[in-house]
Amino acid sequence: MGRIVGGIGLSHVPSVGPVVDRNRTQEPAWKPLFDAYIPVREWLAKIKPDVAIVVYNDHVADFSFDKYPTFALGVAESYAIGDEGFGTRPLPTVAGDVELSTHLAESLVYEHEFDLTICQELAVEHGFLVPMNLCFPHAGNSWPVRAIPLQVNVIQHPLPTARRCYRLGQAIRSAVEAFSGDARVVVMGTGGMSHQLQGKRFGFMNESFDQWFMDQLESDPESLAGITHQKIMQDAGAEAVELIMWLTMRGAAHGKRVHRHYYAPMTTGMGLITFSDS
Amino acid sequence: MGRQVTGAIADTSVFDLRLSRRGRRLNKLCEALCSPQERDAFKRDEEAFMSRFGLTEAEKALIRKRDFQGLIDAGMNIYSMLKLGSATGNGLYQMGAQMRGETYAQFLSTRKISDAR
Repeated sequence: MGRIVGGIGLSHVPSVGPVVDRNRTQEPAWKPLFDAYIPVREWLAKIKPDVAIVVYNDHVADFSFDKYPTFALGVAESYAIGDEGFGTRPLPTVAGDVELSTHLAESLVYEHEFDLTICQELAVEHGFLVPMNLCFPHAGNSWPVRAIPLQVNVIQHPLPTARRCYRLGQAIRSAVEAFSGDARVVVMGTGGMSHQLQGKRFGFMNESFDQWFMDQLESDPESLAGITHQKIMQDAGAEAVELIMWLTMRGAAHGKRVHRHYYAPMTTGMGLITFSDS
Repeated sequence: MGRQVTGAIADTSVFDLRLSRRGRRLNKLCEALCSPQERDAFKRDEEAFMSRFGLTEAEKALIRKRDFQGLIDAGMNIYSMLKLGSATGNGLYQMGAQMRGETYAQFLSTRKISDAR
C-alpha cells in the first residue's frame, strides 16, 4: 500500500545549482542555506521514502508557450536533465516510477477529475533539480529516491487557483493511499518565497509575508488556500506566486511540522518547512 | 471563484495571455536558446537570428540595446529573458540592476549578503 510519509515546502532558487556543481556550499554566503538541510536529510534517512513527487514549474525549458500545460504529470521510466539556456548540468538522469505514476494518472483523472497533461518524456530543470540537490543529493550515477515530476503553470496567467493546487494535493494523498504497490512517498512543493525578478520592483522581498505564509501553511492551510494570486504578487512580488505549489504539498502531507528555516540573502526569500506524516 | 488578478501592481508586470501574445516572437527566439547550437548561431550572427524569428524592427532594437525593461514591456517573459541574458553575458542581477535604474554595484549594495550569487 502507498503511504505519504512526509511533505517538504522549499524554494528552488536557480543559483543553488552552480553552487552545488562547483562545491561552493561551504562558502559563508551559502553555508546557512545548506546547513539547514543537514537535519532534513537526517530525518529523510529515518522516514526512508522510496519516491518523491516533486511539484514544480518549468521555466520555459522543456515546455514552451506554444503549449503550456496547467498541470502536467511525468509517467516515464526516467527523466533527462534539461538545458534551460545555460547548458546541461552534470547530473545523473532521474529514475521515475512508472507504476506509481500510471496509478496517479488514472486515479487523478478518473476518481478526482483532474484533467492532467500526461508526459512520456520530460526533461527536468532547476525548479525540480534544486530541491532534489538539497534534499536527495545524488551519489555517482544515481539519486537516492525515484522521482515523479508534477509540473504546474505558475508563470503564464491564468494560473490554477491556490485552492485548486491544494485540492490537487488532497487528491494525490487519496491516490497514493489507494496504490496497491508498496511506496513510501514524500511530496515536495517548490518555489517562492517572496521575490520579483522584473520591473523597478526587481529584488523585492517581504520576510513578514513569508513567515506568515509558513505559519498559515502549518496551522490553517484550508484558509490559506483562499489566498488570491493578486494578494501574493502584491505582498510578496510577482514571481512569489509559485508559492501556490506549497499548498499542493500541504494538501497531500498532514501531520506535524518538523523543520522550518528562512534565509533571504539576495533577491529571494528561501524558505523551508517540513511535515512528518508518520 | 472570481478573478485572481484584480488590479495593477506598481512597478510590476503580470505575464498574462495578452502580454504572452504580444511577446510571441520574442519568446520563441528565447526558447530556441535552450540548445547549444542555437546559442552559437545567435552569438555568430544576432541579426540573422532575429530575422529568422520574424522580429519587428522595434523588437530588434530592444535586443540590440539590451533594453531589458523594454523587452519585458514588449512581452518577453522573465524566464525567457534569462536565456537571452545568458547568451549576451548578462546575468539576472545585471539585468535587474538595469531594470531598477541602478548600476550593478549600486544594486549589490542594496542586498543583505551580496556574495550569495
